[in-house]
Amino acid sequence: MIDTNLSLSIPDFTVSPRIDQVGIEERAKRFTTRSIKTSSKVSLLKLTLNMIDLTTLEGKDSEGKVKQLCYKAQHLHDTYPGLPTVAAVCVYPSMVKIAKKALGNSGIKVAAVATAFPSGQAPKDVKIRDTKYAVAEGADEIDMVISRGKFLEGDYNFVFDEIAAIKEACGNARLKVILETGELVTYDKVRRASDIAMYAGADFIKTSTGKIQPAATMPVTLVMLEAIRDFYYKTGKKIAMKPAGGISKAKLAVHYLVMLQETLGKDWMSNEWFRFGASSLANDVLMQLEKERTGVYQSANYFSID
Amino acid sequence: MAKTINKKNTVKLDFNIEYAPAPESKSSASIKSKYDLFINGKFEKPLSKKYFDTINPATEEKISTVADANNADVDKAVKAAKNAYQKTWSKMPAKERAKYIYRIARMIQERARELAIIETMDGGKPIRESRDIDIPVAANHFFYYAGWADKLSYAYPNKKIEPIGVAGQIIPWNFPLLMAAWKIAPALATGNTVVLKPAETTPLTALKLAEIIQESDLPPGVVNIITGAGATGAALVNHSDVNKIAFTGSTDVGKIIQRAVAGTNKKITLELGGKAANIIFDDAPLDQAVEGIINGIFFNQGHVCCAGSRLFVQESVYKTVLQKLKDRLETLIVGDPLDKNTDIGAINSKQQMDNIHKYLKIGEKEGAEMYQTHCVLPKKGFFIPPTLFTNVAQSSRIAQEEIFGPVLTIQTFRTDDEVIEKANNTPFGLSAGVWTDKGAKIFNLTTKMRAGVVWANTYNKFDPTSPFGGYKESGFGREGGLHGLSAYLK
Repeated sequence: MIDTNLSLSIPDFTVSPRIDQVGIEERAKRFTTRSIKTSSKVSLLKLTLNMIDLTTLEGKDSEGKVKQLCYKAQHLHDTYPGLPTVAAVCVYPSMVKIAKKALGNSGIKVAAVATAFPSGQAPKDVKIRDTKYAVAEGADEIDMVISRGKFLEGDYNFVFDEIAAIKEACGNARLKVILETGELVTYDKVRRASDIAMYAGADFIKTSTGKIQPAATMPVTLVMLEAIRDFYYKTGKKIAMKPAGGISKAKLAVHYLVMLQETLGKDWMSNEWFRFGASSLANDVLMQLEKERTGVYQSANYFSID
Repeated sequence: MAKTINKKNTVKLDFNIEYAPAPESKSSASIKSKYDLFINGKFEKPLSKKYFDTINPATEEKISTVADANNADVDKAVKAAKNAYQKTWSKMPAKERAKYIYRIARMIQERARELAIIETMDGGKPIRESRDIDIPVAANHFFYYAGWADKLSYAYPNKKIEPIGVAGQIIPWNFPLLMAAWKIAPALATGNTVVLKPAETTPLTALKLAEIIQESDLPPGVVNIITGAGATGAALVNHSDVNKIAFTGSTDVGKIIQRAVAGTNKKITLELGGKAANIIFDDAPLDQAVEGIINGIFFNQGHVCCAGSRLFVQESVYKTVLQKLKDRLETLIVGDPLDKNTDIGAINSKQQMDNIHKYLKIGEKEGAEMYQTHCVLPKKGFFIPPTLFTNVAQSSRIAQEEIFGPVLTIQTFRTDDEVIEKANNTPFGLSAGVWTDKGAKIFNLTTKMRAGVVWANTYNKFDPTSPFGGYKESGFGREGGLHGLSAYLK
């Protein structure tokens, strides 16, 4: 299955595979027609909860807000027994220590957005220091942004080297590379950026910061999943995927999981290999789970808004 | 789906996601236990007094019984059509004709769900396809040609526009209602009257269309729908009052029909078999090309005359494409055609299944390597898993003859010239597909490909505005678009 001759050779990114826009959008739409019901639906909803990176990335974030978010991460909805926790809490570097303490030994990871998030408009050494600071504060995962300006200029070596340098600064922390697909615009560029990120050492590739529209869409995510599959076939190395921004409904999350399974297979169906970057998705999933359990929809007032 | 919740924080799931069965309910389809012949605006008992059963190929259960028209029935239908042509339809102002055609189009839309269910039950195609493609495109054909009815003088300026008369139309079992629409809509728009014979394995949607036509108050005799097998078709072809034959079906039968009309003044269009080349270049968007390969050959279980049944892959990407293709094949769901999750439904008939099995044996005997998916097939009904053949030669029978099933042969090529030569090296010439990122290459190939339809970076796309038809033994005449009108004008 894996062509070992090709492993570790760095390809020419200007010839990254091309994507046909009509074709990829048609394929992405097909996943939404799969029928998921009853026990299958409940398992997928629980899996969705378990894949969420619960996120707060506001200038106005306070210590209290982060602590409340961390509590919610561990106690999504205590009236429903046996629920999993989310995968991680995602915050700015300044909040890492607070989050780390609040989460204790719950097993929930702390992810920090570093490298002059969200624009990435800072010199490389500042980005490296930003990353090292977050790691030193205790971040388990680093969400970096690529230099979109350099990428669009065609300076792929710069982008590659920067990702590699941040990866080195991460130490043991897992690195998520945000492509900010909304600024790359075409699927061809999304594919090329995905290839650069993976060869440069990304553990995850991630669609968006959530600050730019459009954020994650199914076709964009599919382009990236296919890039992950091709990379896996070439190198034998699994890369994880994180669509972020714009996924706020349980039904849409389930469509993403169908897409994940039909593209990468069941080996990717866990929060080690797939995450949802979302702030409001959890409550909709909880609402659907309660509906499956009780047969009726409950008011949004029954679900905490942290 | 086994599941353990780890106290830490991970839900470990032994996925596969199981898709819940989502069968379309049969209750919204009303099917009579017995159908007579639709002649002169009424359902009439056959003079032959004979009936035959139509079954659901996915369950092998009988759905209904339909009349078997003999020569006398055909004569009656043709006379009714001739009478309607002379007395009403050819004299009616074109914009009045258009109103009826629009009405039929709207009624098809209104009853789309019912028609889709019946199409799937009678023919075995997945509900996803009958619901999203067959029925809407059929309605669109009526809409499109309704629009032309009073604008024919713009279509053919400075020409005297005259209908031909009575059109005898014989359609196949792979797209029953869609083919009926392709045939009836342009014939009516140009002022002809029709005797239509649907295939014997899939007569039901045509008979539902007869009900719609009856309800639409179309003048009696303008459209007559008679059911039966080959003998009925032969009687229609040989009837002296039929002025035009439109046939879609196999090349063998097409040849018989052409011989039969030789020496008469009947006009004829034939849309016959195909063995289309689907060509993947190394610069193509490969993942989408793989989708195109799948759609090209497994759409409607491969029962498509324009199916991309011969795959040519440029050598440098052959391994990658084959790997991706096999991966994708494993995600295809073969099963109950009425289930909305189903990607590939049932083979249309036992006879067709036997025919496909025959070719699978031939392929293995010829030394080709066969690959079939690991999907679980239903115990009852006619099913064949998606099948690939590699190590196929240009001289292999499986690469030369139309199999009309979910069977793809794969060959490689090195240069453009080589693949053009190989792709054209077939008695057929209905369609082809080209996959490349380079526009110049697309135009180079499309001009050299001896095929009626060439798709670039997509496959099996149909639209009423676009003409469709073949070169060589794939037939002649065009259906659809402006070109489709001329087949029904003197």
